[in-house]
Amino acid sequence: MGPSRSDTSALAPPGGRRREAVIWTEQLQKRYPGAEAPAVDHLDLEVFAGEIFGLLGPNGAGKTTTAGMLTTRVVPSGGRAEVGGVDVTRHPALAKQLSGIVSQQNTLDRQLSVWENLYFHGRLFGMGGRRSRQRADELLEQFQLARWATASVYALSGGMAQRLMVARAIFHEPAVLFLDEPTAGLDPQSRLVLWDLLGELNAEGQTILLTTHYMEEADQLCARVAIMDHGRLLALDTPTALKQSVGADTVLTLKAAGDAEALREKMAGALTGVTGSRSIEGGAQLQVRGAERLVPRAVAAAEALGVDLIDLSVAEPSLETVFINLTGKELRD
Amino acid sequence: MAVTQTAHLIATQPRRSVVAASWTALGALLLRDAVVLNKHLWEFVLRTLIQPFLLCFVFLFVFPKIGQGIGGHGDAAESAFATILVPGVVGISVMFQGVQSIALAMAQEFGFTREIEDRVQAPCPIWLVAAEKVISGTLQGLLSAAIVLPIASVVHAGGVHAQLALHWGIIVTLVPLAAVAMSGLGLLLGTSFEPRNIGLMFGFIILPITFLGGTYYSFDRLAPVRLGGVHWLQVLVLANPLIYVNEGMRAAFTAGPHLHLYVIYPVLVGFAALFLGLGLRNFRRRVLS
Ligand SMILES: Nc1ncnc2c1ncn2[C@@H]1O[C@H](COP(=O)(O)OP(=O)(O)OP(=O)(O)O)[C@@H](O)[C@H]1O
Ligand SMILES: [Mg+2]
Repeated sequence: MGPSRSDTSALAPPGGRRREAVIWTEQLQKRYPGAEAPAVDHLDLEVFAGEIFGLLGPNGAGKTTTAGMLTTRVVPSGGRAEVGGVDVTRHPALAKQLSGIVSQQNTLDRQLSVWENLYFHGRLFGMGGRRSRQRADELLEQFQLARWATASVYALSGGMAQRLMVARAIFHEPAVLFLDEPTAGLDPQSRLVLWDLLGELNAEGQTILLTTHYMEEADQLCARVAIMDHGRLLALDTPTALKQSVGADTVLTLKAAGDAEALREKMAGALTGVTGSRSIEGGAQLQVRGAERLVPRAVAAAEALGVDLIDLSVAEPSLETVFINLTGKELRD
Repeated sequence: MAVTQTAHLIATQPRRSVVAASWTALGALLLRDAVVLNKHLWEFVLRTLIQPFLLCFVFLFVFPKIGQGIGGHGDAAESAFATILVPGVVGISVMFQGVQSIALAMAQEFGFTREIEDRVQAPCPIWLVAAEKVISGTLQGLLSAAIVLPIASVVHAGGVHAQLALHWGIIVTLVPLAAVAMSGLGLLLGTSFEPRNIGLMFGFIILPITFLGGTYYSFDRLAPVRLGGVHWLQVLVLANPLIYVNEGMRAAFTAGPHLHLYVIYPVLVGFAALFLGLGLRNFRRRVLS
């Protein structure tokens, strides 16, 4: 059962205090015409003011569809959704005042310069000429795009275009900033720059909903993460709590020649504290509670079993581990 | 699941009413289009003038010069043809403006750039975003009529003169109506064809409309084309919106024969309503899923 409207405390972020919900959905559903399965299936969500909330899921999980419904682009087939207390189905034009959107594709106005893209966005959202001009200048400075003010948007690299889209989306001070896979296709450098930027905006109080299939992104940026697959909400909590829910403190990855499934079975049986295991290509992955001297124990066990280890590594459980435990498959293809 | 309204706290509320936000959004969208037009003003002027110039140059300059004048030989006959062609050239320019400024722009915005996704995030109803395109297309149509008419009436061989007679009452009502109807056509075409099928649109819609739209002949001249007493071509072209535009231009700019104004006005209003209705419906469908 999802969050109930009258009791937000159950899902309130750490810190305890009950907070305002900026996004609220109840049994939200979308079935595209002709599709056999719903893209979003009875989704109950609540996003609080001031948090970065992540929708994490693999391709086709329904992340874009969910964001689309909240931003009035996709018409729900059932349930309800509100942004800032405005019903997005009944009052889409009103709800649009409250949202800033960075979509998966580059939707910058190709006929306008970098600066004009910002300026006209301000005018579109009812800001006067002077205020728009001022804010366009400020934001270009803040987003390190001032040098490109008069350039055509064609001249921007992927990372710069993405920053400009973020600047445009927050131009009118929306209640929620929606970002759909903001770092997909960005090089690691640009990704870090964008993460920093989003962190800064959030520190200034900006509520952010972002969709992603990078677990590092959800882990690093988000106060709370909803894990989705096949349109359904599988888990929702802080990244830390989600990782603790795995019940293990270490993930042990073993590579060895021979049958992976047999390796998994033998090693899982030989080690103590194994809470879960699965075979992977060329090896096995074990989730273990109690990490003391795990590596020497694993090496000794392998030797005793006559396993010829090629590689062995340990890591802390990640959101990937959580996802694997929930769905039996990996987040990334 | 208990649902109580009171416990649901509102974070940030909309600052303005939808009506107020829509007006400013409309203004901003028009301003944006004006700025873009201004950036490409020369391109706009040349694009608008090239077709009328070529039509007038070939039919009213080259043909009379090489003794191939249309409408018979001699200055009088050639001038009579010029009188028919000049308003037709204005009409066809208004139509092309509607198609160019709306259908082609939409093909791009709906196509690979997906710019439309940003445009429809404007804090106004979605139909207003499409309506703004029509308003802006209409204004560009009027602008093109204003620059085409003077050019079309001077590019002639010596001795050939279009007999123009300006009827201002008709000009100020019919030209805008024609521009709205043709922008509506642009919206309908732009939202009906997939961006990659724009070529088909030109071949199967635009070409037949222009050749059978009374640009090179007036409606009454088609009377001799008949089969067993049926004026089939006249009947056929009545389904073409451009014929009403061109005949309307003849009524506005010449003293020559034209379809009755009692026919032209209501039919153009009807076409405008039909195109806008279907175009807005298509636009909504394309934008929302
Ligand atoms: N316009 C549409 N018409 C029909 N089906 C659609 C449409 N958009 C999405 N779908 C389907 O709905 C499901 C969810 O898609 P959605 O785009 O919301 O997923 P996503 O989580 O954003 O995936 P990705 O990571 O690939 O962006 C998919 O099965 C997809 O094929
Ligand atoms: Mg997506």
